[in-house]
Amino acid sequence: MSPHPATGHLPGTALAMVGIDKHFGEVLANASVDFSARWGEVHALLGENGAGKSTLMSILAGLYRPDNGQLLVDGQPVVLHSPKDAIKHGIGMVYQHYRLVPSQTVTENMLLGLPGAPLRLDTRRAARDIEELSERYQLRVDPYRPVWQLSVGEQQRVEILKALHRGARILILDEPTAVLTPQEADALMRTIRHIASEGRTVIFISHKLEEVRSVADRVTVLRAGRLVGSGLDMAEMSARDLARLMVGTDLPGRIRPRPRASGAPRLTLRRLCALDDRGLQALRSVDLTIHAGEIVGVAGVAGNGQRELAQVLTGMRKPASGQVFLDDIDVTGAGARQMALAGVAHIPEDRLGEGLVGNLPLLDSALMKSYYQPPISSGPFLNLKSAVQFTRGLIARFNVAGATPRTIARLLSGGQLQRFLLAREMSMQPRAIVAVHPTRGLDVAATHTVQEWLMSCSGEGCALLLISEDLDELLQLSDRVAVLYEGSIVAAVDREEADRERIGLMMIGSYQPDQVAV
Amino acid sequence: MNGELLISICVAAIASGTSILLPALGEILAERSGVLNLGVEGMMLMGALFGYIADVETGNLGLALAVAILAGALLALIHAFVTITLRANQIVSGLAISLFGGGFTAFIGKPFVGSVAPAQLERIPLPGLAGIPVLGQVLFTQDPIVYGSFVLVPLMAYFIYRTRPGLSLRAVGESPATADAMGLSVISRRYLYTLAGGALAGVGGAYLSLFYTPTWIDGMTAGRGWIAVGLVVFGVWDPWRAMAGAYLFGFVDGFQLRAQALGSGIPQFFLNMLPYIFTIVVVAIASGERVQKRLGVPTALGQPYWREERT
Amino acid sequence: MIVSLERRANLTLTRRIGIQAGSVIAGALFGGLIVWLSGYDPVKAYGEIIGGSFGSGYALGQMLAASIPLATIALGTAVAFRVRVWNIGGEGQFYMGAFGATGIELVGGPAGWPSQVLIPAMVAAGFAAGAAWAALPGALRAYLGVNEIITTLMMNYIAILWVNYLVYGPWKDPQGHNFPFSPRFPDNATLRPLGLGQLHAGIVIPIVAAIVFLLLLSRTQWGYELRILGENPSAAAYAGISIRRNVMLAMLVSGGMAGIAGMVQVSGIVHVLSGQISTNYGYTAIIVAWLGQLHPMAILVVSMLFGALVNGGFAVSQAGIPQALGVLLQGVILLFALGAGDLFSRYRLVLGQAPGKKRAPLLPDDRSALSAQP
Repeated sequence: MSPHPATGHLPGTALAMVGIDKHFGEVLANASVDFSARWGEVHALLGENGAGKSTLMSILAGLYRPDNGQLLVDGQPVVLHSPKDAIKHGIGMVYQHYRLVPSQTVTENMLLGLPGAPLRLDTRRAARDIEELSERYQLRVDPYRPVWQLSVGEQQRVEILKALHRGARILILDEPTAVLTPQEADALMRTIRHIASEGRTVIFISHKLEEVRSVADRVTVLRAGRLVGSGLDMAEMSARDLARLMVGTDLPGRIRPRPRASGAPRLTLRRLCALDDRGLQALRSVDLTIHAGEIVGVAGVAGNGQRELAQVLTGMRKPASGQVFLDDIDVTGAGARQMALAGVAHIPEDRLGEGLVGNLPLLDSALMKSYYQPPISSGPFLNLKSAVQFTRGLIARFNVAGATPRTIARLLSGGQLQRFLLAREMSMQPRAIVAVHPTRGLDVAATHTVQEWLMSCSGEGCALLLISEDLDELLQLSDRVAVLYEGSIVAAVDREEADRERIGLMMIGSYQPDQVAV
Repeated sequence: MNGELLISICVAAIASGTSILLPALGEILAERSGVLNLGVEGMMLMGALFGYIADVETGNLGLALAVAILAGALLALIHAFVTITLRANQIVSGLAISLFGGGFTAFIGKPFVGSVAPAQLERIPLPGLAGIPVLGQVLFTQDPIVYGSFVLVPLMAYFIYRTRPGLSLRAVGESPATADAMGLSVISRRYLYTLAGGALAGVGGAYLSLFYTPTWIDGMTAGRGWIAVGLVVFGVWDPWRAMAGAYLFGFVDGFQLRAQALGSGIPQFFLNMLPYIFTIVVVAIASGERVQKRLGVPTALGQPYWREERT
Repeated sequence: MIVSLERRANLTLTRRIGIQAGSVIAGALFGGLIVWLSGYDPVKAYGEIIGGSFGSGYALGQMLAASIPLATIALGTAVAFRVRVWNIGGEGQFYMGAFGATGIELVGGPAGWPSQVLIPAMVAAGFAAGAAWAALPGALRAYLGVNEIITTLMMNYIAILWVNYLVYGPWKDPQGHNFPFSPRFPDNATLRPLGLGQLHAGIVIPIVAAIVFLLLLSRTQWGYELRILGENPSAAAYAGISIRRNVMLAMLVSGGMAGIAGMVQVSGIVHVLSGQISTNYGYTAIIVAWLGQLHPMAILVVSMLFGALVNGGFAVSQAGIPQALGVLLQGVILLFALGAGDLFSRYRLVLGQAPGKKRAPLLPDDRSALSAQP
């Protein structure tokens, strides 16, 4: 056995986690988990949302302390009190939420907290180091740009460079492709292979079967906090094997195709332009029509105008120019209250932050769209009795188990909250629904429930605009898929003609449609 | 208004401006670390009074300044403890501190009201430079503390933008979670810079009682501490812009004092209002959201820091 | 052993008051320690403070009289603070309210208007003047996002200068031996004294106001909007609640209440307009509002506590203890209540592992940012 030329490591076990337990209050995040990885390998950590993968890796990265268990790096037991300790042992983690200071440049972010650096900030030298590293690993970034100007993909590159710059021999990536285009994801996979070929260890957390299969050497599977498959050789695992380990049963088949609706136009956007919070152009001349009973899915990497699109349609942002029609009525520039009264329901991205009030009883969240109308209102007062009745009705109708009008909202689970939110929005008998990432953070059962309800709404004649980062979800539910790229609708294809490759190309603006039929 | 008067207003502008520049610089440090300090007024009063008392008792200016620094820093320590460690509301705590400082100094200072400081700061003309027409009088015939502030402003700017500790400071105020994740102690930095802010406020107060109006009067800061806080917003947390604003304020203040002598016929009270009106206008211009978004604003300002992990 | 802070679920009001009371007592004990270390008798000191407020009918009257302006301003300030509108201008709005009331009085007093007409007119003028004074910072905040902390503060100084201008100039009492006071209020412009110390009929105002605010907050649509806006501005925007409108309203209401307090003070206690009608009532009221958890009834109680402390300051000097120490005591109690009370109302100390809650423990809670963005 000879040491690897680049890193000097002997092939062998890079790290081992033995018997790890971790609780958060009553929640069991990890139970007796063993995990080990070798030098020079790409090791995937697979599992659904909530399986405990992030927790396990956070322990490895020094963020949490395990209740029980041991860590060994290169055969030596270590105790990690902080991420700083982890970095000292060569463990670097790239989180889903980047640890970057937005107003500072890439170079400044790289220098932040770097041990042993001199008092004076030598940005030029640091910038050169960054350029060198970025060349070597094909992770292109401009060292002098402030982070807030970078795309999410570029920011991720900065994070990886940061870890490598600090000498990470073990690199952990948490759901790295969640916000990347298919092409960016491919580039990342190549980078990962390159890093591993130098003798480093790359561990990456994912819940996406395809990506794990494309790049990992071995895979460990967690389910509900426990180990169900340890260090399995990818070459010997089929997709079905992994899926079965991950969810316990086979993946459900695709949702049955729905007949395409041919209702009247319900929501129409004409040459819609809008600016984002920074005053930059977010939507450029968007034309889109959603018919009654139709589901239009909007795909696109986050940051291409999806947020602004949802905001304009629900009255939370005024368009700069263009028009919005609901049926035949011009509702351009209407405020949130007016749009709600006109019958546009909004399932927001941020359940607790926007759609509901986390710290208050469910009663207060229930009234958000109806407190100004009878029977809840009476003169300037609130009719508390009918308010309570109304809330009880919502809870019962969508079966939000265990909740009462007095329950504080944030104590409920994601699934319960989404059900309650849906119940409230449906109670308005909407003519159109704008749903943004409606199944984000929900477990499999809750996801199916929400999807069923959305479909049944459209079955009743509602027009549904579905914005989602989950391409599978869009392909399963939509009649048409529109792709937003840099504020424009690149194309809106019928579901039958849509495939991932094509949509991915559209998402990076490489697709030249012959005809854009929206 | 002739040239002589204009020059004398400018000379006073520098001095008056310095009395708010110093606490403003301190507040820049505190706020950049994420701590809103509304106790500046109280800290200035503490510095003014205790510096004055030390001067009266010992006749030693250096000692007096040292005591002023300590007094301001001590009050700042209380604010830091209450807001950083106990995570209380920073606005209310700052107000309580200012109130407390005001009341406390009012009582302790009673025996000293109206007397004259024995050892006072003197203007020191800089050799050679003081001879320059106009500028020599305005800039180079001032007292040592003003000269000190001439040096402090560029030093602080360099510190904040060009050094590692300055980078860490900015990170702590703009994104404490990130700073913490990179191994920087948010808590200790916030303490440090809040204390520094209190110390500078103390010096600013002592500047009033040992030079500007060398005596002690109850409430002699007359809102300068609040104006300093406003200046920080106006200067978008930048030392150079704070300096510009401070001297601008000083000019308005100096003008207002002399306009009475000019017999302008405007009742004194309205002239006294000018500095405050000026501050409102200035803050209104600088507070525009668009201005703030483009620049490095300590976005974590006013929020107590909770380390979410490490359980 | 790990000591950690775990967020509490929303506490009942009684629980929060209990915690606040506990902090005050802790502060009092600590303060007593300081008094003792300075060589004075803490028991005697506190005895004087308590006696100075409850020891006799006179004492009680004085304490309540001192609490009236605090309570009135604090009730308004609390409304603004609930939606994170940091109106620090209570002091100036107080003065403007006194100015407005005096203006009416100068017309109706000597003209002999009956007090049933004059007094309500003065109250209305006080409210209007205080609200108008808060309107400018309010508009700057609502429409331009300008930081209201600085603007309301500056308006304080301007207001005091304005009142001084009046009482040194056009409104100076010609029979006043050149003192800077307005002419003394005649009986028809005076709130009736109630016989206990300086206590006067104005005491009904904070009591009525507290009840009104309580009803408004819990049973009206406006109160609902305030609740949502105060808890979560993003959710308020989502629900179509107008942030601008509510910011303006909050400023107007808090300014108006401070204005009424000014009217009550000149009409009930001082009986003249001067530049000295307030001893930092506006600022102290902010503390009162905060310690009262922004709740109307609790604010009434806390105001009485502060009234007692104010009186106690005087009483303490009777006991031979220097007044500075009295101020120090007040400060210590205040800071304890502030620091510990605030902290423990929202979080509790847990030894070892924190049992119970399903959610992850710590959440940043306080969003009182300098930036005026709602």
